[in-house]
Amino acid sequence: MPYETSYTNQGFNVVGSRVKRPDGIDKVTGRAKYGADMNAAGQLTAKVLRSPHAHALIKKIDTSKAAKLPGVKAIVTGDDFPDHTGGNRGMMDMLENCMARGRALYDGHAVAAVAAIDAETADKALKLIKVTYKKLPHVTDVDEAMKADAPIIHDWVRTAGVQPAPTTASNVAQRSEFGHGDVDAGFAEADVVIEKQFKTEQTHQGYIEPHACLAQLGPDGSGELWVTTQGHFTFRNVCSTLLGLDVAKLKVTSSEIGGGFGGKTHVWTEPVALQLSRKANRPVKLVMTRDEVFRASGPTSSTSIDVKIGAKRNGRITAATAELRYQSGAFPGMWAMFGAMTSFACYDLKNVKSVGFDVLVNRPKVAAYRAPSAPMAAFGVESVVDMLAAELGMDPVEFRIKNAAKKGTKASYGPVYGPIGIGPTLQAVKDHPHMKRRLGKNQGRGMACGFWFNFGGQTCTDLNVGVDGSVNLTVGTVDVGGSRASLGLIAAEELGIDYDQVRVTIGDTNSLGHNDTTEGSRGTFSSGMATIFAARNAIEVLKQRAAATWEIPVDQVVWEAGEARAKGKQNSNLPPLTLKEIAAKSPRTGGPIAGHNEVVADGAGVSFASHLVDVEVDPETGATRVLRYTVIQDAGKAIHPDYVEGQFQGGAAQGIGWALNEEYIYGDDGRLQNPGFLDYRIPVCSDLPFIDTQILEIPNPNHPYGVRGVGETSIVPPLAAIGNAVSNAVGVRMNHVPMSPPRILKAIEDAAES
Amino acid sequence: MRFESPTTTKAAASLLAAEKGVAHVLAGGTDLLVRMKMGAIEPDLVVDVKRIDAMRELTVAASGVHIGGAVPAAALGESAKLRALWPGVVEAANLIGSDQIQGRCTVVGNLCNASPAADSVPALIAAGAKAIVVGPKGKRRIGADKVVLGPGKTSLARGEFIEAIVLPARAARSGDAYLRFTPRTEMDIAVVSAAVNLTLSRGIVKTAKVVLGAVAPTAVAVPAAARALIGSKLDDAALEKMAKACRAACNPIDDKRGTVEYRTKVAGVLARRAALLAYERAGGGK
Repeated sequence: MPYETSYTNQGFNVVGSRVKRPDGIDKVTGRAKYGADMNAAGQLTAKVLRSPHAHALIKKIDTSKAAKLPGVKAIVTGDDFPDHTGGNRGMMDMLENCMARGRALYDGHAVAAVAAIDAETADKALKLIKVTYKKLPHVTDVDEAMKADAPIIHDWVRTAGVQPAPTTASNVAQRSEFGHGDVDAGFAEADVVIEKQFKTEQTHQGYIEPHACLAQLGPDGSGELWVTTQGHFTFRNVCSTLLGLDVAKLKVTSSEIGGGFGGKTHVWTEPVALQLSRKANRPVKLVMTRDEVFRASGPTSSTSIDVKIGAKRNGRITAATAELRYQSGAFPGMWAMFGAMTSFACYDLKNVKSVGFDVLVNRPKVAAYRAPSAPMAAFGVESVVDMLAAELGMDPVEFRIKNAAKKGTKASYGPVYGPIGIGPTLQAVKDHPHMKRRLGKNQGRGMACGFWFNFGGQTCTDLNVGVDGSVNLTVGTVDVGGSRASLGLIAAEELGIDYDQVRVTIGDTNSLGHNDTTEGSRGTFSSGMATIFAARNAIEVLKQRAAATWEIPVDQVVWEAGEARAKGKQNSNLPPLTLKEIAAKSPRTGGPIAGHNEVVADGAGVSFASHLVDVEVDPETGATRVLRYTVIQDAGKAIHPDYVEGQFQGGAAQGIGWALNEEYIYGDDGRLQNPGFLDYRIPVCSDLPFIDTQILEIPNPNHPYGVRGVGETSIVPPLAAIGNAVSNAVGVRMNHVPMSPPRILKAIEDAAES
Repeated sequence: MRFESPTTTKAAASLLAAEKGVAHVLAGGTDLLVRMKMGAIEPDLVVDVKRIDAMRELTVAASGVHIGGAVPAAALGESAKLRALWPGVVEAANLIGSDQIQGRCTVVGNLCNASPAADSVPALIAAGAKAIVVGPKGKRRIGADKVVLGPGKTSLARGEFIEAIVLPARAARSGDAYLRFTPRTEMDIAVVSAAVNLTLSRGIVKTAKVVLGAVAPTAVAVPAAARALIGSKLDDAALEKMAKACRAACNPIDDKRGTVEYRTKVAGVLARRAALLAYERAGGGK
């Protein structure tokens, strides 16, 4: 049956209310089961041996002593993972990242793993494994890695996206270019041109729950995996491919998730745990330590970015260019491409060009981090936009309003926008009481805009009506931010019943068809759409049962306010049948009542935000305190405003940490020096002010309720907003993130000297 | 690993002295357990001293303060009398870790952990604190500045541990202060820190001690900085002279937490701010 996905501007009964989340009690009482909370009889404990070198040949791995240690049940190295990828280089990268194959490519790269009867034995066994390395030259800085004399990470990498195709290896895996118009002509037209270089350091998503799984794989090739993940279907598909299993024979169940933010979209240790289990023929539990989480999982790119923007005296931008260099760790990525696509997405530009370079370095394989790549690009672009406004003597908000993209604008990355929220968020900034707050000594205000594409993707949902009229909604998108509550509201809205009558469950991979990972802010958008259609299908069944009960044609039955009503004068003697009544009779009217939907949820609406922040900088120590923070973002339609606001606040909090203190610090030896929360400083509560939010609702025309994804855009503006605020407070342009106290103090002193 | 919970200091000393392998004292455990979990140490014996009554004593008087080796830092903050007498010592102890850590950690543990960045140590040294050391040969008393020899190293002999810290009699019109710099507001470790302890006479500094943390392998007392303050009313010239002496006394390292340049500069800034705070607490300027 074709579905009407267009926005219909309907009224709502329960959508938009702030009901309790179904997982709340479990989470505050400790009953909720996370990745490390599952155990199986006879399980083994797995530990991973990791490279202490940034780049080294693995000449020999001697596991003989470890294998003889009583209690050791299985050991795996790269040799235990035959190539099942069929020449798919991306899959091979994934496998090689899980377990080194002849070469350690970064500090923390897995080289062997052990499954033993307990953690102590496994630890002892790791110490007994003797690895003979031959150290190779390494490079960890993105600009250094692009130089001609840099050590080459992979000799098979040829820069894609350049003509003619190169014949020699390079650390630049890909060049990507976006834009339109004639930027040279545009700059020639400009009265003022500002050009500046920026640097951002590598950050980690900082999820509190480490990667953890319980794996079971038998000699018959069938297995089960319990894992903390953002996408258990993706994990199933990838693990099956890497280990040569049938997809249907591996059942993956997603645990509750203690934060992912993009970092739990890729497999890391899961194939290793499964392979250990296959070898030992016992269940294997593998939980990463924090040190391993930092050294081997997650991080986002460090970057080096040049931005140039020109404008007329009247405040119209005439041309804009950016060159964005992003490192993707030791394996090729497409992170610079995302940076290049998003960099100028907020503006209506006649002449624009952005070029991205994806660069290999000896660091962990980069993973998505909430609107991946967009925050760094926005840092560069929004800083230059602010500098340009100052140069032109224009208010930074007015300057942005004047150049903002709108419906019909051809985006710098290609498409033509439909109705979008950038203009309204900027107007809301202008009108916000925050703008009237008086700034004191050493204080500064900054603002910035941000954009993210959002994603829809494959979705499959089941809705089952119980015999008592309660409803079980089974979805396949992992709940990373309150989506169960939102989806429960949507089911209740469609069926016309109370929210409390609906229970939402995340189904395992054997209970539903494929669902894409919860990424791209797609959870509530796509599963919401599938829930609407599944509920409407269930309503068709309910109507048929009512018609059968009444012995009238089904086209005389309508569904209103949670009950079937018989239409027409001839049926006026038939009292309505509620969902409860129809459900109670269902065993005798045709059996269970269910609605199903599978869909590729196209048309995820793009999302824009504007952030406003006041800071105070201690000029003697370089310490920054965030005094006030306001997030204004377009949600399309906020199904559950609490969790929309939560996403706004969470993104801002992560952005504040990134802007001020978080960074991977590598020594000259190429080893990570701060793999722990003491020296990798995510903000604590007392570092943050109350983060104020304002939800705007500019409906997405491609969703029945107008929903847009809201999870990611909120991390895009903070680096730039805080950069602008700090620069205004100290009177020096900050161009290196994080703006840690030593960096700020040095910038102040350098400016005073010059 | 053997775990013992003796009830007397004598028994504890005997256990520690008799152990042939690696022995560690457990008070709050906020450093020890972390190091064990990291695999940095693998003790053969852990002696918990929290069951020893003498080590859980906290007595506070102007004539002297006794802080038992197992008294949690939170208890110091809960003593209004101690806060009034030694606000700098209390604020230093109460900066260790977080609220949760405060419930367990002890100033003696903070001292014996021998980190150059320990928060309570500069304040204890500035206060002229003494450590009561218990060992197989009985008790001895040493200055708090004589305990730490370098990162992770103390002067305590095999079998010795610190039963308590004592603070001297407090003269009238005295004040102390401790300030540290951390990028985060809490759950952090000092990049640089400064403690100042002053006694005034008619608004003029009569005695002074200035101690810096995290700028050398151990906390360092800076007599030249103290001399710069003595005889002054903390005018700008005295403060600048003191800050200069502090910067000259810095011998820090470049590491992930801060640069030599940054630590040296901020040491002077913090010492000046701590001096002004101590002066105000001592009743100066009123």
